[in-house]
Amino acid sequence: MRIELVKRPQHSAMFSALSPFIALALTLGAGAIMFALMGKDPLEALYYFFIDPLRETWSLHELAVKAAPLILIAVGLAVCYLSNNWNIGAEGQFIIGAILGSMLPVMFPELQSWIVLPLMLLMGILGGAAYAAIPALLKTRFNTNEILTSLMLVYVAQLFLDWIVRGPWRNPEGFNFPETRNFHSYAILPEIWPASGRAHWGFVFAILAALALWFVLSRTLKGFEVKVIGQSPRAGRFAGFSRARMVIFAFLVSGALAGLAGISEVSGAIGQLRPSISPGYGFAAIIVAFLGRLNPLGIIAAGLVLALSYLGGEAAQISIGVTDKVARSFQGMLLFFVLACDMLIHYRIRISRPVRAIGGEARAHV
Amino acid sequence: MFESVLITIATAATPLLIAAIGELVVERSGVLNLGVEGMMIMGAVTGFAVAMLTGSAWLGVFAAILVGAAFALLFGFLALTLVTNQVATGLALTLFGLGLSGMLGESFVGLPGVRLGAVDIPVLSDLPVVGRLLFGQDPLFYVSILLTAGVAYFLFSTRAGLMLRAVGDNHTSAHAQGINVIGIRYLALLFGGACAGLAGAYLSIVYTPQWVENMTAGRGWIALALVVFASWRPWRVVVGAYLFGGVTIGQLHAQALGVGIPSQLLSSLPYLATVVVLVLISRNRRLTMMNTPASLGRAFVPDR
Repeated sequence: MRIELVKRPQHSAMFSALSPFIALALTLGAGAIMFALMGKDPLEALYYFFIDPLRETWSLHELAVKAAPLILIAVGLAVCYLSNNWNIGAEGQFIIGAILGSMLPVMFPELQSWIVLPLMLLMGILGGAAYAAIPALLKTRFNTNEILTSLMLVYVAQLFLDWIVRGPWRNPEGFNFPETRNFHSYAILPEIWPASGRAHWGFVFAILAALALWFVLSRTLKGFEVKVIGQSPRAGRFAGFSRARMVIFAFLVSGALAGLAGISEVSGAIGQLRPSISPGYGFAAIIVAFLGRLNPLGIIAAGLVLALSYLGGEAAQISIGVTDKVARSFQGMLLFFVLACDMLIHYRIRISRPVRAIGGEARAHV
Repeated sequence: MFESVLITIATAATPLLIAAIGELVVERSGVLNLGVEGMMIMGAVTGFAVAMLTGSAWLGVFAAILVGAAFALLFGFLALTLVTNQVATGLALTLFGLGLSGMLGESFVGLPGVRLGAVDIPVLSDLPVVGRLLFGQDPLFYVSILLTAGVAYFLFSTRAGLMLRAVGDNHTSAHAQGINVIGIRYLALLFGGACAGLAGAYLSIVYTPQWVENMTAGRGWIALALVVFASWRPWRVVVGAYLFGGVTIGQLHAQALGVGIPSQLLSSLPYLATVVVLVLISRNRRLTMMNTPASLGRAFVPDR
């Protein structure tokens, strides 16, 4: 018996809609097996992981808090991946956006005015975009592989954040803790419904960004350009689209959104800078982008799923005592299944017997 | 002093060299496996755990090799059999490896590990200057040099190596010649995974015998960069690995001496050096064009 792939004459519309769900189901199955191996009741574990966090209002707010950066980063990454630019350094762009955006409340705390917050968001966006411009320019100018450079810059950004909160930006009244001063009230991104929970305006930004990019990608010439260059650079050249300008465009968009995510997280959810401000959002967003099939609307749903996995990890740690690191394994597994299921869109699987065996039988009959 | 610095450079360079030599073979066969970091960290956690539980460093090393290869097999099933996007699949392997190793290793954090000690070849290791450098290193140092020599010989002096390069340069022609493209790529991946696992074990058994989450700290990615730096030539990987070993150890010594530059900024030097080196190499378009395996990263579905 052998597994053969037969190319479909056309993309399967059915599987392009179904494949993320098949992937989710397979991940849940694999998760159940994993919990069973850890000696936990799989159904109970999955319940605490994926259902329990959805039962209370405050917890739904937490879901929005976690989904906001994931969606913001992932819609930007979708533009990159659709145009065949592999930005995997969103984590670094997130951090630099957060640092630059925090400059005003940390260095000039006496500046208290409504203008502070818009300026912070703007500087966050600029910081993320500028940091993403480095791998983009290196790619267009020197032909340097953007995967490796964008990733290396993540480590540089993490170390820089660590230095700045332990060194020059450490809170003078903070008892030597490695953190900046708490942001004053003008520098805090407000909550959406303060009465019911913590969800802040970052989530609104995420939805708006997703809708805007959905419009750009599906309804404008720029969106068409992104896809043509991604699928066939040669066809793009004949259409007069510049590949180099697309590299810069894709990186700037995704860097800007990652930077906005960074400053929103710091200003909306944390309220100060710390040595670590992200549980790997920049990398989890890669999974979100693929689970959402690089479609901004799909990414909103996918972002909520991944946010749930973060919450579920915390919930399962408290209720049944499994480590919250389980969540990271789940996320990695999910990406495997998503990629494997996407194959169904382009290929049919044919399981056939080896040709030789059939030939042998035929000869025996003769 | 000088001698001991050179020896520590070798310990920083060896895991990079081992992982990069494995990936070099993989890329020469036309496959881009970005999961080196994930396979390496899985090797590190498995190697540490097995060595600690059995008390045998060598058993730990072998377990790490097996786990690295098993992870590569997973990559192969997706990227070769199911023809998924290689870049995305490699990222998945890295994310999954980092997550799973954190989960598996949680109960081993802070425990003392088993160290694989240095060998000591009598008489020769007492030679002045080069004695300990050449004849008193840890066993895996010699393995890394032998691996490089073996790979260089295999790729450029054997028929199988020629076939592997043919598959990497033009899989359609190789297929038409009757070469089993997918089979060769699987074997190359297994070798690359085994090397990455071994490199991970080097970190948790030789370099610092302990388990720390994310202890590979991007070395898998630096190994990937080294392959580009070496323009897919085995001996140039040695040069690159020792250059990076030198930068790593140099900045550690600078931190110890207290040169007035914050430690975090010094720690970021190896990563910045990687970027700089990549730029210097890739700006020479002719060099990269000539050496990059032409089918690198391209999907292959046999049309039987």
